[in-house]
Amino acid sequence: MLYREAGQFKTSYAADQQLFPIRQDRIGILILLAVVFLVIPGVAGDYWFSAILIPFLIFSLAALGLNILTGYAGQLSLGSAAFMAVGAYAAYNFQLRIDGIPILVSFVCAGLTAAGIGILFGLPSLWIKGFYLAVATLAAQFFIVWCLTKFPWLSNYSSSGVISTQPLIIFGHAFTSPQEKYLLVLTIVAVMALAAKNMVRSSTGRAWMAVRDMDVAASVIGIRLMPVKLLAFAVSSFYCGVAGALYAFCYLGSVEPDGFSLDMSFRILFMIIIGGVGSILGSFLGAAFILLLPVFLDIALPWAARLLGLPFSSATVSHIQVLVFGALIMFFLIVEPHGLARLWQITKEKLRLWPFPH
Amino acid sequence: MFKHRMSALTAAVSIALLSQAALAAEEQFFPVLSYRIGPYGANGQSFFGGFVDYLSYVNLKENGINGVKITWEECETEYNNAKGIECYERMKDKAAISTGPIHPMSTGISYALIDKTVADKIPMAMVGYGRTDAVDGSVFPYAFPLVTTYQMQASAIIRFLKEKEKGHLEGKKIVFLYHDSAYGKEPIVALQEEAKLNKFELTVIPVAHPGNEQGAQWLKIRQENPDYVVFWGWGVMNQTAIKAAQKIGFSRDKIVGSWWAGSEEDTVPAGDAAKGYMSATWNVAGKDVPLIADIEKVVYGAGQGNLGNTSKIGTILYNRGVSAAVLSIEAIRKAQEKYGKGKAMTGEQVRWGMENLDISDARLKEIGATNLLPEIKTSCDNHEGSGKIKIQQWDGTQWVVVSGWIEGNKGLIHPLFKASAEQYAKEKGMTPRDCAKEM
Repeated sequence: MLYREAGQFKTSYAADQQLFPIRQDRIGILILLAVVFLVIPGVAGDYWFSAILIPFLIFSLAALGLNILTGYAGQLSLGSAAFMAVGAYAAYNFQLRIDGIPILVSFVCAGLTAAGIGILFGLPSLWIKGFYLAVATLAAQFFIVWCLTKFPWLSNYSSSGVISTQPLIIFGHAFTSPQEKYLLVLTIVAVMALAAKNMVRSSTGRAWMAVRDMDVAASVIGIRLMPVKLLAFAVSSFYCGVAGALYAFCYLGSVEPDGFSLDMSFRILFMIIIGGVGSILGSFLGAAFILLLPVFLDIALPWAARLLGLPFSSATVSHIQVLVFGALIMFFLIVEPHGLARLWQITKEKLRLWPFPH
Repeated sequence: MFKHRMSALTAAVSIALLSQAALAAEEQFFPVLSYRIGPYGANGQSFFGGFVDYLSYVNLKENGINGVKITWEECETEYNNAKGIECYERMKDKAAISTGPIHPMSTGISYALIDKTVADKIPMAMVGYGRTDAVDGSVFPYAFPLVTTYQMQASAIIRFLKEKEKGHLEGKKIVFLYHDSAYGKEPIVALQEEAKLNKFELTVIPVAHPGNEQGAQWLKIRQENPDYVVFWGWGVMNQTAIKAAQKIGFSRDKIVGSWWAGSEEDTVPAGDAAKGYMSATWNVAGKDVPLIADIEKVVYGAGQGNLGNTSKIGTILYNRGVSAAVLSIEAIRKAQEKYGKGKAMTGEQVRWGMENLDISDARLKEIGATNLLPEIKTSCDNHEGSGKIKIQQWDGTQWVVVSGWIEGNKGLIHPLFKASAEQYAKEKGMTPRDCAKEM
């Protein structure tokens, strides 16, 4: 009843081509944006901003970047964390070396730097596919981290290799409180997510999907593989690069190359697998699952143990948390191999028929 | 909605805590950012086991700090920066009322918390690790790299080798083999300065993380044939290096490791190869320290021990955890002297206590910790307070101390910290405190 598009007639091309063609979706997105921009900043505390929401948004953006490459263009990559590292260090160096460069410009430049390096490491994708490509992108992961450690110029000759990010000042206003940082990250992520949503339904996005589904067929119908694949690498790395810059400037405040480890790349990959490969929404759901569930278990398990009077030491609770987390991942993958986004899609389809299923 | 859920949760947790703590009037809260699982979980279990055991010990033995009961809450960081921040943010509100210093036991987490701890007025101790230029308290008011830093440690190791060579290292060859990370790179500046001063030849050889393959590095060491190897290893890298040294026939008693490369976890897996290997340490191992024996008796006797595996009591890392807790409790005692005995101290007051620590050998004897750790006296421009280490040697079954307390070359190393802290202050656009006015 509530979620039905019957009676919504599209009378113009513009109406037919809009980002969210169903009215309920448009209203839903507007309400969501209103809540995250207007309501949450008023009610959430520092803990929610600095420990939950900001990392969630940043990792959603990184997962979105990987989803463009893996989910839409079908190129498996294990180098997302390295591209984040490029973004973080590039933004730091742009700020450091170019006097008076606005921070947002250096974020964009950081994304472009990551895109350039992404294209370089995307070159092998022209010859190899699938798991072999994943191994080739693994090279990016190790090479970039090695490179950042090897050349002290990149970390401004800091004796430890750790960089401390410069203050965030936009139009003379310093973003210092977690709330302000949240709004900044949220704005960037929202704009980039909508851009991604728009991009994947454009001719570029359709070319990516054609390549993903069968690259021989795609080239037969006239899609040139090289620019399409490299563009996917560039866009994906741009997203990861901006996420990396935000990670350094808005979340941690100081980063070291080792922080962008293979482990982090895997986490981003798990996010899109759990959330849904080839879905914008899936990137957000996956990031939420991978980041927030451990925190929730961490708080809930000791509480439950105390309630039941179980004599668990904190080490045991930590181990149980890992067990439960792993079991839940397996459960979701068995129940819904296409990810959480697919669950949402099924719900929407059910709602369309409700209350008269056939 | 979020606030509601959070406050409901905190309420539930605090009710559970209250019923446990028998409603003591004054309580000193300790946020414990521990790691007991993950890649360094084995190390964390010993360290935080010792840390928490000492807190229980003070509660049982003396009924708290001058009557103020100690409470604590643990949060698992897994040695992961993001998780560390999450834990910190979670405990922050509670720590606003009263807090002991935070010991993240991770360089990465401590770097990430430096700015936050200043804003929230929560002191952070990085005992023997962390951002080393925080020795300069005028720029880093809330960060305390207590006892020793990597640079001072490296300098002290050089001094040890110099004494071993009867006073001069001229013309000697020393290889610095290090974990290629922030941790391993920090001592390089100090060693370069020492090389200039003592006229020895320094070769630096990095090992990529995790360091379980060091064939190429040790081949190079064989070619160089140095007189000594100073070794900054970590985790699995340590046993690999010891085994590799045996393979190429490099005498283990010419290798001196840092204190991260000198625990039972490093030598036992290397087996016979580790015999003769030396490392620096800022606390001694063993149960013959009266305090450690007493903790075992009092805390484990009362069935309140934190360790599941009591064989870890008296290991180097367990004793290190106890030492870190001793420093924290002494800082709170000091703060109570100024701000009121028998009261819970806020982060700001504990910070003052840490900046005015004065733990003499007499005081260490009083608490039964003679020789467990060196004497410490901190001030505004010296947040390190000691800079002394001992050298220990593995005899095949246990660590044996082979030197007295050795102090690094402060005159050489501390100006390096000062310069680095000044650069940090400039980058962040902040004005350092005037240490002459603090007292």
